[in-house]
This record gives sequence, C-alpha cells and structure tokens, in this order.
Amino acid sequence: MPTRVGGAGDNGAVPLYRDDAIVLRTQKLGEADRIVTLLTRENGKVRGVAKGVRRTSSRFGARLEPFMVVDVQLHVGRSLDTVTQVETIGPYARPICDDYGLYTAGAPMLEAADRLVDAEREPAVQQFWLLSGALRALAGRDHAPSLVLDSYLLRALSVAGWAPSFTDCARCGAPGPHHSFSVATGGAVCARCRPPGSPAPAPETFALLAALLTGDWAVADVADQRHRREASGLVAAYAQYYLERTLRSLRHVDRTVPVPAHRPDLEA
Amino acid sequence: MYEGAVQDLIDELGRLPGVGPKSAQRIAFHLLAADAADVRRLADALLEVKARVRFCEVCGNVAESERCRVCLDPRRSDEVICVVEEPKDVVAIERTREFRGRYHVLGGAINPIENVGPDDLRIKELLGRLADGRVQEVILATDPNVEGEATATYLARLMVPMGVTVSRLASGLPVGGDLEYADEVTLGRAFEGRRVVGR
Ligand SMILES: [Zn+2]
Ligand SMILES: [Zn+2]
Repeated sequence: MPTRVGGAGDNGAVPLYRDDAIVLRTQKLGEADRIVTLLTRENGKVRGVAKGVRRTSSRFGARLEPFMVVDVQLHVGRSLDTVTQVETIGPYARPICDDYGLYTAGAPMLEAADRLVDAEREPAVQQFWLLSGALRALAGRDHAPSLVLDSYLLRALSVAGWAPSFTDCARCGAPGPHHSFSVATGGAVCARCRPPGSPAPAPETFALLAALLTGDWAVADVADQRHRREASGLVAAYAQYYLERTLRSLRHVDRTVPVPAHRPDLEA
Repeated sequence: MYEGAVQDLIDELGRLPGVGPKSAQRIAFHLLAADAADVRRLADALLEVKARVRFCEVCGNVAESERCRVCLDPRRSDEVICVVEEPKDVVAIERTREFRGRYHVLGGAINPIENVGPDDLRIKELLGRLADGRVQEVILATDPNVEGEATATYLARLMVPMGVTVSRLASGLPVGGDLEYADEVTLGRAFEGRRVVGR
C-alpha cells in the first residue's frame, strides 16, 4: 500500500506516496518526458512518468538517471504514476558513467533486478537492499567491478529462490568439495549426481563462487584473473538459465582494463 | 485487434519511437478518415526520404549525396571534429553558430541494456578519421545523460592515447537531458566552456 502523504483532499489524503527508489531504466516518452522504472523499497517495482526531464530547464532530470538511488514522491495515476519530487540519496550515476568498466558491470545488475522483480507493486525489499548495496560498492570501487557484479547476481538469484550450492552437492546434499558443476542442477555436483558433460572448474573457482555468494570479500578480492574469469562464465550461465532469457547487457561487460583495487590508504 | 490491413498499419506505427499502442491506433484511424490525396503525399514523402536521403560516408550525418553539406564545405576546419549521437544533434549545434569544424555522428550511445555496444556505433570510422594526424581536437558532444556520458568516457579512453586533444561540453547542460532540447545560448556556452579531458 502506498504511504499516504499530506492531509488535503476529500477523504483526508492526497493520492501521493513517497518511497526510496533505485532508477533501473528510463525510456523516452513523447517530446520531453521519460518513463522511469523504479525499484522501490516499500512498493516494489513501479513505473512512473517524469515530465519534462529531457528539457534543459528540468530540475530533477539528473536525479532520475539509471543507477541513482533517490527519495521520490509520486502522484498516483490511472495507468502510470507521475513523479512529483526527487531527492538524491545515492548519487551513483556520475562515478559509474565516468568509468567504462563500472558502467558495463552495473548495467547487468539493473537488467537482472528489472527481470527478477517481475511484477509491479509487489514489495521486494530484499532485492532493493541488495541492489542499492551493490551499486554503492560499485560506485565506491570497493572491489573489482566484475566481482561486484557476479556477487550481486548470485545473491539476487538466491533471494529470488534460486540459491546455488558451491560446496555440498546441489542434488543429494553430499558434503563437498566436489569437482563438477551443473548449472541445471544448481551448482556443485558429486560424482554420482553429475550429469554427463558437466564441466570441472578449478577448486579455486569453487572457493571464489562460494565467497561471492556469502560476501566473503577477503577471499574474493585476492582471487586471480583466471579464476575470476572462470567464475564469471559460470555465474553468467547460471543467471541466463534461471532467468530463462539472456541478460543482454552481460556480453557488453568490459573485462579488458582491470580497475585497480580499492586503496583506502591512498585516500585523502 | 482489427482486420488485417488496419492492424498492420497500427503495428507499423507502433514501432516508431515515442508512439505507444494508443497513439498508433489514433494515427491509424486519422489516416483512414483522411483524404486519399493527403495520405498519398505522406506516403510519397516517406518513400522519397528513403530513396534520396542517405548517410554521409565520412561523418554519418544525413546527406543527399555521398557527403553531407558540412563535409563538403571548404570553409570549415578539418582540425576539429565534434562527436554527436544523432543527426538531429548536428542541427542543434549548427543553430548555435559556435562551431566551424566537422562532425562525426555515432548513430546512438553505448547502452548495454538495449544491447548497443561500441561495435554497434560508428566508432571505427571515427578512429579512422584520426589516422592522418590532421585532427587536433575531438569534442565529445554526446547527450548529457548516463548513456551519453559513458560513451564519452569510452571514447576518451580510446582517443587520448592517440595523441589528440579530447574535450567534453561544459556543464550547464543539465544531466539527464537531451542535447537537442538545449537552447542555443546554453549549448553555445557549453561549447565555449568545454573542458579538456585528455591530450
Ligand atoms: Zn550428489
Ligand atoms: Zn558528412
């Protein structure tokens, strides 16, 4: 239910509600408006019209760009709600679009969230916190962008009900570690459950995947490039399988220039 | 759903940018009710533009011959190239009368969610124009929104090591906006105050 704000109107409430929101995507509408798809904290996924934001006089165009986390007020409409106020909470768009590696790692996060929170107006509070945390880590360069992306995908899929297992067998539960990986079975598989043709990733890759799933950054941050690459391939396959459609933006992730690790000791 | 021809028209109109299903239906019924001569003029204009207008082989702007008017103009400088997303941005910048160099039209911005990557834009052609060393400065005038900024970031990363000065339009253009909606004064100021992002 929308949180009612204000006290005017016949029934003691104006049809306004206010919520925290992540801007997932924007589409042009007519001459100067945009439709913004928001993942809100209380109201789930909401699509709203932002009027005039493509004109130079718009006050809040910059705040309704993808990757922004905002405090937004919407006016309830018959099909689409209208954005009436926006304040910035997490100004992540600027740092993300100023670094191509961050931008291309962030895009699949927004695309996955849009896909995972399928229905509009169904609360998805865990998905909201997961994505806003991941965007903060990405914009703050806390970890390598591809690690932030892979960790986000694994955790968002888990919240959606498709939690992988990277140690115990995903089919029979036999304690791991195991050698084979099966996307369709749900991760690590023992020798008996292993479907023919299952790949056998490096043990370090299994360890990295487990660390990404649980947020064990001490382990993930020191993984070498080879295992990061192998893990990314498996995460991509896992995400595509359970989302039942390709994440189009995944193939555009820029993996050519490694971004230097976050160095708090160098900050002013 | 309507009968064959009407539904076909609604479907085709609905594929146009900014036209939703309701607008498509409204336009379709407007055309059904209109004079045959008016509809023929519209159809002719559509066919004519496809037959006569093409894209400049140098810069990607709209052109009525192999090269566009800007590329054919001998009075313009070959030393500066202004990079824009769409031909309509060329029109917006020409209105300011601030810029006397050449253009390069990318054909869009890098937008992974819409499956548009660097290879889908005219970026190779841009790098090709820098090869002979005549170009001294490239001004990045992509839209001041996330996709345009990210495209500018990508291009700067590619071109700065090539020894060319790369600059970006000054702020004053609000982020989130479309270049084509900037008024002449704002856009002109953004040109004058452009900042060098690398050389
Ligand atoms: Zn098993
Ligand atoms: Zn031209």
